[in-house]
Amino acid sequence: MHSESKFEVIRTLVAILIALLLAFIIILFVSQEPITAFLKLITGPFSSLRHFGNIIETAIPLIFTGLSISVMFQANQFNLAAEGAFFIGGVVATIAAIHFNLPPVIHPLVAIVLGAVAGGIVCLISALLKVKWNASELVSSLMLNYIFFLLGIYIINYFLRDPNAGAMVSYQFKDNAMLSRLIPRTRIHTGLFIAALCIVLMYLFLYRTKWGYALRMTGLNQSFAEYSGINTVKVIIYSQLLGGITAGIGGATEILGMYNRFQWQALPQYGFDGVIVAIIARNNPVFIPIAAFFLAYLRIGADIMSRYTDVQNEMVAVIQAVMIMLIAAQGFLAKYRHKMIVKGAKQHGKLS
Amino acid sequence: MEEIIRMEGITKVYPNGVVANNQVDFSITEGEIHALVGENGAGKSTLMKVLFGQEQSEEGKIFIRGREVKLTSSQNAIEHGIGMVHQHFMLVPSLTVAENLVLGKEPTKGGFLDFDKAVEITKELSEQYNLIVEPEAKVEDIPVGKKQKVEILKALCRGAKILILDEPTAVLTPQETSELFRELIELKNKGHTIIFISHKLNEVKEICDRVTIMRRGKNVGVFHIDEISTEEISNLMMGKEMSLDIQKKKAEPKEPVLSVDGLSYFNVVGRQVLKDVSFCVRAGEILGVAGVEGNGQKELVEIITGLQVDYRGTINILDRNIDKLSIKGIRGLGVGHIPEDRMTYGVAELASVEENLISNRYDDSNFQNKLLMDTDTIDSWTAKTIDEYIIKTDSSKRLVKMLSGGNIQKVVVARELSTDPKLLIAHQPTRGIDVGAANFIHRKLVDMRDTGAAILLVSADLNEIMDLSDSLIVMYEGEIVAYFEDMSKVTEEELGLYMLGLKRQSEDEIGRCFHA
Repeated sequence: MHSESKFEVIRTLVAILIALLLAFIIILFVSQEPITAFLKLITGPFSSLRHFGNIIETAIPLIFTGLSISVMFQANQFNLAAEGAFFIGGVVATIAAIHFNLPPVIHPLVAIVLGAVAGGIVCLISALLKVKWNASELVSSLMLNYIFFLLGIYIINYFLRDPNAGAMVSYQFKDNAMLSRLIPRTRIHTGLFIAALCIVLMYLFLYRTKWGYALRMTGLNQSFAEYSGINTVKVIIYSQLLGGITAGIGGATEILGMYNRFQWQALPQYGFDGVIVAIIARNNPVFIPIAAFFLAYLRIGADIMSRYTDVQNEMVAVIQAVMIMLIAAQGFLAKYRHKMIVKGAKQHGKLS
Repeated sequence: MEEIIRMEGITKVYPNGVVANNQVDFSITEGEIHALVGENGAGKSTLMKVLFGQEQSEEGKIFIRGREVKLTSSQNAIEHGIGMVHQHFMLVPSLTVAENLVLGKEPTKGGFLDFDKAVEITKELSEQYNLIVEPEAKVEDIPVGKKQKVEILKALCRGAKILILDEPTAVLTPQETSELFRELIELKNKGHTIIFISHKLNEVKEICDRVTIMRRGKNVGVFHIDEISTEEISNLMMGKEMSLDIQKKKAEPKEPVLSVDGLSYFNVVGRQVLKDVSFCVRAGEILGVAGVEGNGQKELVEIITGLQVDYRGTINILDRNIDKLSIKGIRGLGVGHIPEDRMTYGVAELASVEENLISNRYDDSNFQNKLLMDTDTIDSWTAKTIDEYIIKTDSSKRLVKMLSGGNIQKVVVARELSTDPKLLIAHQPTRGIDVGAANFIHRKLVDMRDTGAAILLVSADLNEIMDLSDSLIVMYEGEIVAYFEDMSKVTEEELGLYMLGLKRQSEDEIGRCFHA
């Protein structure tokens, strides 16, 4: 392995280790049964098939939003409307799942494609605002999240709400519309295959097509890309469009795979979690499933810990925060890296 | 004279793995002008940054007057009487000369800057060392040569007894250079010690007492200046015999490839940067553009290559008006562009060598295999290009930031030349790179000219311009002030007069460079 990427792997692992250690120390202070709590956190997710299933279920939406954020971050576009796109993707899939009458397989696919289109539009707005008026996509996308959240809630409440359900949820989806379960006694659904397909496609797109090349070069150095003749305006637009589409697919898949009615009352936060996943995976689609699985594992672990012991599951937020901070901090382990470089230079005979 | 500074066994490794200094010993005696020479990347600047406390070495000791010191910051070095004038000036353009000079140790009156006192301090110093500056002028309004004087005064003002000058003549005209040399000798006579970093060997010969030669991070010899010839220095610098001048036959210019007619341009703040510029570059010739930096050359290049729009005038490349063309469209006419700032425009340093080499042809149909890029074809093309341009890298997948400056520039040149452009805009093609790589690039440019390309060479390096150009225009304040059709009739001194705006040819003489 290349020494630079080896270093990044080591740095990520050390960051995770320090975060867990810190979590343990805090648990030690707040809990009457620290050892049990920590063991539940670490081993709980693997204690039963159902718990393991929970990890996979949680990882699926994180894969989609992680991919979505990655493609936008690789183009150096800090669009955070993946959150809104994910939500709207779910809303539009709900419309299709309730109002359409289609055969199995076709029905969810149509719903997901429509969700993808809707998600794409959400992220596209920030891109167009940036291209046209140089408005920061970071700001506009954060604002758009509220707009699309309220728009989605409006659609659900006024057009799709089931008055007999006793809660603010939509009508039931048509049976044909829902994604089938893969493994009995878990809720792992065929969305997993869609996620896998998206990972492969996104990897090929970014690293093997000319459009992906143009996107990455624009992200690495926009002046260089422009000077080389790359149409960076186009890149800014299609990177965010693609990010929105991926998040939209994620939202639709999540809704059709996990629920039989639309029941989100707030933004589900998967879009923002996608940022964490993308940072851990260094925006590389290959590492996205690993990062998503890891984050899901932590979430489920924390959940189990809070159910069986006296430690709250917010503990996981501390772990996340420390981890992200250490990974994002360029200076972390810089001295160690420098020693590695000096050693490397000595080995290559550059120093005598 | 006694030894004032001794550096022993200095080893410095940069974060990108480059060993800039490898067990370097270096010593200077009080009151001498000591030259530090070597190719770019030989480690001269690094050694001096270590001495100035800007970089910390992995190994090695520094002694000042026989006492070991730890220099952990430039503040620290200044306290020990060391001052440094950087290649790129560290001045605040919007402040006056006097304000720049006292910055950090301002005289105050009632808590506010005592401007009159600052002016007084400046005048005093200026007279004491015979370095004439106008204390009340704004730094942004004064010429480069004056800015350098301000930098030197700034160091002296902080009590520097040892002055490090990093390639001080790189930005100066011949006239300004000889003025600087007179001042340096005066400083030396007043008891100051000067370290003079350069790779212009005739200058080193002219002014220095001793010379230390560096090659590939090592000290390869220290000599009294009259013990060694420039040829010997150059051989030690490069480790092998290498001719310094460029062999080329007389140009045979054909039809114009680029014609610029009545080009004017106003920058964002409304200043007119180009004033009615007209010229042609013909197939088979290298047209040099000489001039002190900042006289419109940058804008001229940016407009021709499509990076800058909103100009007045007409530009034709191969009889095609480029007004409506994108950068890609202009490149499509057969234009190559070696940009001035290689780290901003020339490369994406976090992308691989291969990715950088293909940026102007990544969408070529022979690089595509249906929807995907054809990695086999790209890999073999890259390998061939790396070979042809002798780019030193252990793999084409290596990140560009891991390469040395000279090799990074070769990546840029390889990319721009391998398309066989009909027009090449070369802007400072060899700035800041070692002589070996520079010679290689110069030869490539001449080869291209011989195969019928038109080349516009913009450079602030007079040697480069004089050696390479077949004909030459001089720019001053956004105008062409001279055109020389025959380079053999031009001397550096004369060129200097035009560059400084002291002389100007008649409209008819200048007009000859518009061949259309």
